[in-house]
Amino acid sequence: MCLGIPGEIVEIKAGHDDLAVVDVVGVRRAVNIGLLEADQVGVGDWVLVHVGFAMSKIDEAEAAATLALLTGLGQAYTDELQALAESDIS
Amino acid sequence: MTTERTAGWAERAVAEAEATTGHRSGRLSPEQQVLQRIERARQRAPRIRESRLTLAHGAGGKATHSLVEGLFVEAFRNPTLEALDDAAVLSVGTGRLAFTTDSYVVSPLFFPGGDIGDLAVNGTVNDLAVSGARPLYLSAGFILEEGFPVADLRRIVASMAAAAERAGVQVVTGDTKVVQRGKADGCYVNTAGVGVLERPVTLGTAQVRPGDAVVVSGPIGDHGVTIMLARGELDIAADLTSDTAALPGLVAALLDAAPGVRLLRDATRGGVATILNEVAQAARVAVVVDEAAVPVRPAVTGACELLGIDPLYVACEGRLVAVVDGAQVEAAVAALRGHPLGDGAAVIGRITADPPGMVLLHTAFGGTRVVDMLVGDPLPRIC
Amino acid sequence: MRFVDEYRDADKAQALATQIAALCEPGRQYKFMEVCGGHTHTIYKHGIEDYLPENVSLVHGPGCPVCVIPMGRVDDAIAIAHEPGVIMTAFGDMMRVPGGNGSFLDAKAAGADIRMVYSPLDALKIARTNPDRKVVFMAIGFETTSPSTAMTVLRAAAEGVDNFSVFCNHVTILPAIKAILDSPDLRLDGFLGPGHVSTVIGCRPYEFIARDYGKPLVCAGFEPLDLLQSVYLLLKQLAEGRCEVENQYTRVVPWDGNLRALEAIGRVMQLRPYFEWRGLGFISHSALRMRDEYAAYDAERIFEVPGVRVADPKACQCGEVLKGVLKPWECKVFGTACTPETPIGTCMVSSEGACAAYYNFGRFARQRLTEASAV
Repeated sequence: MCLGIPGEIVEIKAGHDDLAVVDVVGVRRAVNIGLLEADQVGVGDWVLVHVGFAMSKIDEAEAAATLALLTGLGQAYTDELQALAESDIS
Repeated sequence: MTTERTAGWAERAVAEAEATTGHRSGRLSPEQQVLQRIERARQRAPRIRESRLTLAHGAGGKATHSLVEGLFVEAFRNPTLEALDDAAVLSVGTGRLAFTTDSYVVSPLFFPGGDIGDLAVNGTVNDLAVSGARPLYLSAGFILEEGFPVADLRRIVASMAAAAERAGVQVVTGDTKVVQRGKADGCYVNTAGVGVLERPVTLGTAQVRPGDAVVVSGPIGDHGVTIMLARGELDIAADLTSDTAALPGLVAALLDAAPGVRLLRDATRGGVATILNEVAQAARVAVVVDEAAVPVRPAVTGACELLGIDPLYVACEGRLVAVVDGAQVEAAVAALRGHPLGDGAAVIGRITADPPGMVLLHTAFGGTRVVDMLVGDPLPRIC
Repeated sequence: MRFVDEYRDADKAQALATQIAALCEPGRQYKFMEVCGGHTHTIYKHGIEDYLPENVSLVHGPGCPVCVIPMGRVDDAIAIAHEPGVIMTAFGDMMRVPGGNGSFLDAKAAGADIRMVYSPLDALKIARTNPDRKVVFMAIGFETTSPSTAMTVLRAAAEGVDNFSVFCNHVTILPAIKAILDSPDLRLDGFLGPGHVSTVIGCRPYEFIARDYGKPLVCAGFEPLDLLQSVYLLLKQLAEGRCEVENQYTRVVPWDGNLRALEAIGRVMQLRPYFEWRGLGFISHSALRMRDEYAAYDAERIFEVPGVRVADPKACQCGEVLKGVLKPWECKVFGTACTPETPIGTCMVSSEGACAAYYNFGRFARQRLTEASAV
């Protein structure tokens, strides 16, 4: 129901309350970071952007864990194919 | 809320559809019967339902089609107009001429990579070029708002002159009107163009057949996204420039290398998706597009993701879509890539017989979906 | 794009599809509801159903904020837009949504000053630069979007911008899920939870679904692999006889949600006693209004709104589609009277409504499946 796009914080605007600049593959837009805990985010962090607000900081460790799990499932699949190819029931 | 009423327009639409729904055939599954009913509804002559025009009627999608076919073609009906090609092809004496017109109302007037002036020349020149003609002469009509800075007009006219020279055409006639302040947005430009068809080729949807390949001449969506961002309302910045360019040189190179070109279109309003739908509907074929093969610049992807729009529907002003005999596709792509305006050319799909009238997309993720025409402009969405 | 492209990998999808098929009991039908319209959109846009076995079907839920806005509220907003001096601002999503007498686009064509914004902060900016006009923001959305509206109102108050107000149509997801669970003609095996709403409310509020209704829920991300993995996790729970709330979208969703966002909503808004949802009817405590302390920013109190309820056409079967009782194409008016150009019912209104997603993206995929099964 809600479009949320991951973007990288490239600048925290000094002198503006809660304002940061986020980069999405070369496209930049100012977003409000007031919904995140103060000092929770800095330049180089990734956030999820929705209607001009950063809703959540993206947890890189969790992202890696999810991908590892998906890769693990892929590995099991490859192993199975491998086993199937090597099995000889003739 | 104490009172309640009904939405009259909705009740009328339901009653009307019930009256025109065809009978069901016993051989098909219920879902297929519904899909057939939809196909019949899609093929019905478009009508304007609204009592007032909205911006959607000018956006190049379904609403524009309903206006053009339901009102203009209805009134001016003749075989040349009914082809609804980018330019009308006219037999004059022993030769054939291509004739077209287009109006330009872009806002802002000046944007990264161009302005309304070169856009007005390139757009009309391209409509001639994709009909297979060599563009020769243009007219230029200006509707100017009281108070418009002369310096801006000078700049626009200078870029028109430069664009005309690059495209090898002359502006040979024109018109000027000044309207009261507030009655126009600074400057509108209309251009009409005439070209001559010197090659023996016949281009058009009637030539398209299964086995043909679909080619685009470069990354799509640059112009539309550039304009959207240049308006400043979205507060989004990106390093993008409009792709506005004159295509006659590119078209000549393509036709020299691949005489089996069936159809050319410049992918303006409504983007590549709209053109492919027009092809599928007119030629009663399917267009099958491979999402991973469609060239899109990263910044265009980024802006489209942020705004929730699909680059397939975003306008280009210097890109052409070509349907080419499958046997000549390699020669066609090589010819396009050998030209500076076509170095990003790619084969994005193919024509198949089934299902007629539809554009399908093999997604990069490995699924398949329909690509329909848009109703109006692609609007930024949040959900 | 980072955090996007890696979750669109076709090879990993193929592997997941095999695992999913292996978890399905032959002969058993599985029905999962994706609550969120964003998921519906992703499912159709990427062709995710092509990876699912025939006995796993996805039912499209009510989580599309544009779809559930009743026609009467659109009419109210248009009435406000026609008041002298008003600039109405809205997300692009709202522009084509029809009320009883046309949409925002139609109202704009008839002379109302209606402008599209990307963020409520953009609407506030318009108010700042047009001090002699009254700028109203048409606020729609679930818990993902309401914090942004709340923050914007707090900012307007802090800056003393007094020509800005909100026409509040924010809704809450849990009462809608509960209404669906309480519906007698429903048979679901589990839920794909709305990932972005959960960034705000967290996963804890869904626990009653597993505990009281015995349905598992997996809070799911929005990329195609996220959704496939979430289907896999649901099937795994069923296969292992578990019934829990799980979080697949851990990279974005903290279990406890976003306390600052919840606090912002609570400061500015309060629950309405009831609110009408298109297709579902009146649901108690399912929407937000502005608190009395912020009455000065409440368009409903600043302007006279007609408040007339507009009944959905009788032929419209959105309620059944939203509850998963009917497939989109099974509705009597689907594709004939009701199309994306002239949406009669809520599910056809926005691109993420079940019917619009099926009409725009899915028409062929389903056709091919039925052909395959007929052979």
